Amino acid sequence: MNTIWALTGVVIKELYRRKDFYVLFVLTAVITFAAGSVRFFHDPNIVRYVKDLCMLLIWISALLITIVMAARQIPAERENRTIFPLLAKPVARGQVILGKFFGCWLASGTALAVFYLFFAIITGSREHYWPVLDYFQAFLLQWIMLGIVTAMTLLGSIIFAAPSSTVTILFVVVAGILFLGRHLNTIALHNSEPMRSVIYTIYFIIPHLELFDVRERVVNDWGLVNWLDCGLAALYAAAYTGLFLLLTWLAFRRKSLT
Amino acid sequence: MDAILQTENLCIEYRTRGLKPGTKPALKGLNLSVHAGEVFGFLGPNGAGKTTAINVLLGFIPPTRGTAYLFGIDVRQPIARQRIGYLPEMTYYYKFLTAEELLRFYARIFGLPHVEADKRIDHLLKLVELETARKRLIKTYSKGMQQRVGIAQALINNPDLLILDEPTSGLDPLGRMKVREIIQRLKNEGKTVFFSSHELGEVETVCDRVAIINQGELKTLGRVDDLVAQHHANLEQAFLNIIGYQPQPIS
Repeated sequence: MNTIWALTGVVIKELYRRKDFYVLFVLTAVITFAAGSVRFFHDPNIVRYVKDLCMLLIWISALLITIVMAARQIPAERENRTIFPLLAKPVARGQVILGKFFGCWLASGTALAVFYLFFAIITGSREHYWPVLDYFQAFLLQWIMLGIVTAMTLLGSIIFAAPSSTVTILFVVVAGILFLGRHLNTIALHNSEPMRSVIYTIYFIIPHLELFDVRERVVNDWGLVNWLDCGLAALYAAAYTGLFLLLTWLAFRRKSLT
Repeated sequence: MDAILQTENLCIEYRTRGLKPGTKPALKGLNLSVHAGEVFGFLGPNGAGKTTAINVLLGFIPPTRGTAYLFGIDVRQPIARQRIGYLPEMTYYYKFLTAEELLRFYARIFGLPHVEADKRIDHLLKLVELETARKRLIKTYSKGMQQRVGIAQALINNPDLLILDEPTSGLDPLGRMKVREIIQRLKNEGKTVFFSSHELGEVETVCDRVAIINQGELKTLGRVDDLVAQHHANLEQAFLNIIGYQPQPIS
């Protein structure tokens, strides 16, 4: 575990020493702050729309930070050739992947926690209402979902040629799953064979990231999701994360470094 | 004597791309054995297969045929690299870290306890004369300083075998002298050093034995003194004779 935590530490250090992360972070924080503090026509209900907008921004920023960060990890190691002194130590390629995964996941979790804290302070100061547990649950589910996204992106970074292609493809895939994932079975019903089977197969294969999206519940104060359901969702996410990490390792294991 | 580094009939073939895809041999049945406490020079012209052989020894590329061992362990197992230090030809380190952070990172990989790691880092930074720059980011270092960080990271685990890939390449005479001093000091401490180099004068000074390869084939292996005596010339002339260099008449 020493090796994995050492690698995790380096990923986190890289994140907070890079300027692009701060740009995105400050941009999101400023928009969240501005949107959260605006009062349109002195309508008390407007705060829900503002919350909705803030949550959407947090989702987009968190996905962007996670995908961009995870996509460049292994390609940057190869491009800067830092992978050579690293693998010349008693480090297995599987440990490199796990270290990169935990580093990206922890870093995105930290960024997400700050966003949620910001969101809670802004909305709480407007509504004078602090549903801390609801926010914590929303944060937790989103962070678990980011674990799947991180693992998917690491796999993409091994398969695709450049980090920019990985970022674009992953962003499209993740957005596609979030918007269309839950409707694929309905779409399948409206199609004839063999298209129906193809769409059904996709429906059952893809990780349903939308399961972790509880924005509507937070915005409309519908209360907490059953914690048992959250636990099952975490197991579901762990299975997909494990699968993607395994595929990443299989692809990276035989990959030529020279 | 037990071999610390050993290759048996090591072959590497690369796939060639183009109109006629095929294979190109980079190493043709390399047999080497390096013993404890010796400084071993691995020589050859550019493209001879030196870096390829080092890449196999470090587990970066799997051999097409044959085997390679470090301390009797197959190089494909990461544990084979527990007691080695490696200095690449160019400086490839995380430039967003300081020298101290980089060394701490590698110390953690080797599982050094915190107190021991601190002592080791202090000692190495003193050895490579980077004490005053220890808190500066590596990206602000000069090339010579980066190479010295490289030497420090290669020694972090107090290795029994040091693999150096052209360690003095691109360094100024002072930097070269310092690297040579470090190799000499390691030799005096009884460490084994395996290094590839084009600086034949340097090899002649510090090496006990050398292997010369050309086009992936081992041409000769022996003691430096014997080679020099056999060819009635210095190592450079012996090297040119062995690889079959024919000087062109100047018109």
